[in-house]
Amino acid sequence: MTGPGEALAADSPELADAAHEWKSAYVHIPFCRRRCPYCDFAIVEGAADDELHARYTAAVLSEIDRAADFAPLDAINLGGGTPSLLDPSRTAQIVDALLDRFGANDPEISIEVNPEDWTPGLAEGLRSAGVNRVSIGAQSMHDTVLGALGRLHAAHDVRVVVDGARTAGFRSVGVDLIVGHPAESEAMWRDTVGDVLAMDVDHVSTYTLTVEPGTPLSAAVRAGADAPDGDIQADRYEWFSRRAPGAGIDRYEVSNHARPGHHCRYNLATWAHGEYLGFGMAAHGHRWGRRTRNHRRLDRYLESVEGGASPVLGDEHLDDREQERDRLILGLRLAAGTPIGEFAERFLASDDGNRYTDAGLLTTHDGRVMVTDPMRVDMVARSALSVTLGDC
Amino acid sequence: MDQARIRNFSIIAHIDHGKSTLADRLLERTGAISERDMRSQLLDEMDLERERGITIKANAVRIDHTEPGGDAYELNIIDTPGHVDFSYEVSRSLEACEGALLLVDASQGVEAQTLANAYMAIESGLEIIPVVNKIDLPAAEPDRVAAEVASVIGGHPDEVLRVSAKSGSGVDELLDAIVTRLPPPEGEPDEPLRALVFDSYYDTYRGVVALVRVMDGSLRKGDDIRFMATAVDLSADEVGVRRPAIEPRGELGTGEVGYVITGVKDIDLIRVGDTLTHAHRPADQPLAGYAEPKPMVFAGLFPTDGDDFERLREALEKLRLNDSSLVYQAETSRALGFGFRVGFLGLLHMEIVRERLEREYDLDLVSTAPSVEYRATLADGTVEVIQSPQDLPDPGALATVEEPHVKVMIITPSEYIGTIMELVQSRRGEMGDMTYLSPERVELHYRIPLAEIVFDFFDQLKSRTRGYASLDYEPEDYRPSDLVRVEILLNAQPVDAFSTIVHRDKAYTYGKAMVAKLRELIPRQLFDVPIQAAIGSRIISRETVKAKRKDVTAKCYGGDITRKRKLLERQKEGKKRMKMVGSVEVPQEAFVAALRIGDE
Repeated sequence: MTGPGEALAADSPELADAAHEWKSAYVHIPFCRRRCPYCDFAIVEGAADDELHARYTAAVLSEIDRAADFAPLDAINLGGGTPSLLDPSRTAQIVDALLDRFGANDPEISIEVNPEDWTPGLAEGLRSAGVNRVSIGAQSMHDTVLGALGRLHAAHDVRVVVDGARTAGFRSVGVDLIVGHPAESEAMWRDTVGDVLAMDVDHVSTYTLTVEPGTPLSAAVRAGADAPDGDIQADRYEWFSRRAPGAGIDRYEVSNHARPGHHCRYNLATWAHGEYLGFGMAAHGHRWGRRTRNHRRLDRYLESVEGGASPVLGDEHLDDREQERDRLILGLRLAAGTPIGEFAERFLASDDGNRYTDAGLLTTHDGRVMVTDPMRVDMVARSALSVTLGDC
Repeated sequence: MDQARIRNFSIIAHIDHGKSTLADRLLERTGAISERDMRSQLLDEMDLERERGITIKANAVRIDHTEPGGDAYELNIIDTPGHVDFSYEVSRSLEACEGALLLVDASQGVEAQTLANAYMAIESGLEIIPVVNKIDLPAAEPDRVAAEVASVIGGHPDEVLRVSAKSGSGVDELLDAIVTRLPPPEGEPDEPLRALVFDSYYDTYRGVVALVRVMDGSLRKGDDIRFMATAVDLSADEVGVRRPAIEPRGELGTGEVGYVITGVKDIDLIRVGDTLTHAHRPADQPLAGYAEPKPMVFAGLFPTDGDDFERLREALEKLRLNDSSLVYQAETSRALGFGFRVGFLGLLHMEIVRERLEREYDLDLVSTAPSVEYRATLADGTVEVIQSPQDLPDPGALATVEEPHVKVMIITPSEYIGTIMELVQSRRGEMGDMTYLSPERVELHYRIPLAEIVFDFFDQLKSRTRGYASLDYEPEDYRPSDLVRVEILLNAQPVDAFSTIVHRDKAYTYGKAMVAKLRELIPRQLFDVPIQAAIGSRIISRETVKAKRKDVTAKCYGGDITRKRKLLERQKEGKKRMKMVGSVEVPQEAFVAALRIGDE
């Protein structure tokens, strides 16, 4: 694959700036066998229902068909939910429709895969659909933790999937990990990190477990179960961060780490304030300073699309100043940081900006500003949000 | 009105014993207000008074009452504050009366403040009508409480009336007793005018309205009048009565209660306790008992946003229009910036002022822990008055420090005597005498440094006695004490707003408790924040708020940046309520942490 940023390290400023210009498409596949106890995403629970999948795929295709003109795509991302539950022939229809409708620049076509769904047939189907990147929902390499997370696979399944993906010829293979479930001991985390880095993976995502309101995890914590401990999560995150570079994997965003050339384009573009279209239930889009969100309920989504109406439930318009502010706040998550514009300058000159700079948490280099401790990005972002917007 | 047909009285009652309900019922029964216009607690006009069920300002209402025999009477109810902070106001209100209803809850019995006010009324020569209220409550014990009331004021239980202000039962008998048992006002109609100002308030359109009781002579609309203490001459633009709506009259005769408006806007010219006379024919002597209001408790009030300083100044100026007991001066704190050191009559007064500033003037304030006024004698013999702990001179320069002491009266069920003694002793109190009001109830007297009361004494007393004990206190004298200043350092920098003056024996315990409390209140932030307590240069306690390690959201669901930004915005609101002290974010409640040390 050749394309934007091909030869660049995942954390290079040139790549981050290129990502700001990339155009992506996100497709939400909401189906899950069952909801994980910590999850508050927009999903639909239940065993595969072929009729529903067909109807949903048709709706997405119709939404793509009716979308306004965009630009040739640099990235297509199929997220969920569990996109690996969808029959790969349907995935292929969606990918084809996107490529037909918008064109593409040797795009990254990425999909999230749950290990329990993996079969050689699925791998082959995805490959022939044009998918060139898989993101494997490993979460942990310890069965105790997987049990506590309510996952349906075992640790050894992950190895099978990684090997299988390599064999099938996906260009980039990544695994996603969840950091700091109370059931996870320090030793379990270290084993997980060791196992993942020893496998031949190109990309690792590390998401600290958060207790989201309304989830079974949240109810359990309220009833007295241990909550994830932020200090422990920071320790574990740092344990990973210290070891990953030894395996050639560098952080490019708070939760994302990759070998050179193996960053997830859609992911990088999101934080680089790039533009993307969102298709499917609860999908989000960002274009021309407008952020949109689709219906979050499946029935509403389907009814509106099938009735010929727009599935957009709500949107938000941002003026130039607000967009500049968003670019800063999002870009602070990137290892490469973000270019210093007028707003960033005022933030750097504010009391908090000076405090963070003095403390070494905020730094500038070559016309860019960046946060040195990814675990404390929100602290900085909140302060940036407190800076009043300038004149138009 | 014929002087013999006037009855002036106040109602003395503990909070929640039903004073306002009884007043409402009397107004309704005499037709002063129709049932349709009735809203509860007519006398308590301020929102805060209604909410808290307490009376802050005095008030006066005239009602007409016709006896079954046909004789018409003029009754003036002079409502008084029920809280110890406002005892001077109570004493002035009582001066305006010939009688008082002592109202006691039939399920509760006599409380300390009620008793203190009742004693004040008896000392002022008032005729007391004891009334047991809420006789229809299931838990009512009218006989026991009547016996207790009788023994306290030295009467016979048969003389104690029994009413239910809520249902109205017994109210007619009470009206009859007011007419037959209370004496009419004395005073000489032909003598030069002397009228007591027992309260005043500020009306935006009309200026200061003074509530007065004419003792001698009479006051007419248009008279040239003189306020004797402040020595200002003004014109009585309007005189009248409140029923409770304002009703202009041509004249207020001897013994009558009403209002006078002079058009003056400066509340300092018309002081509670002052005597009003005629400018052309002044009285020789003012009425006895005028005193300057004396603040007992001091605290710093600072705007959270430094830009609001001028707004705070204006708000204090406006509040003072209605509250001449409020005193303040500008103060600068290294930690909190520009603000005011404000003197209050007591803790409730402080709470009320702060709440009114925030609510009525939309200010966001940081308050420091309250302190009292110390007297420091320096080595060279000069005496300094210390209202703010940071002003206490260094130990080397000090000869002695004196602190105010108060006389405390506590009424409690006798089973709690032990725990109260323990509490008082821990607060450096000295036991005085003890009187049994009945076999189950006892009246205890102590002398305690005021500083020990202004912290959480009242809350402690309530919690140790399950709310049964009640408290009253009055200033006594200044006494030398071994006092030191405990300083709190954040990030190795002393924070003036946290300085406190405490007794040397308690300094260590206080410092440790304060540091522990602050560690709990100050959120984790960018750095480790060491918190230290020190006496002079000696550190007596240390704790650390560890730096925040993780402050980041994990994943952005499906590109939902809007939601992420909103979350950050919400979190930012919490940050706005913090005060930056040096490089440390300190929540507002930390500045009054000293008040909450006793919580554990």
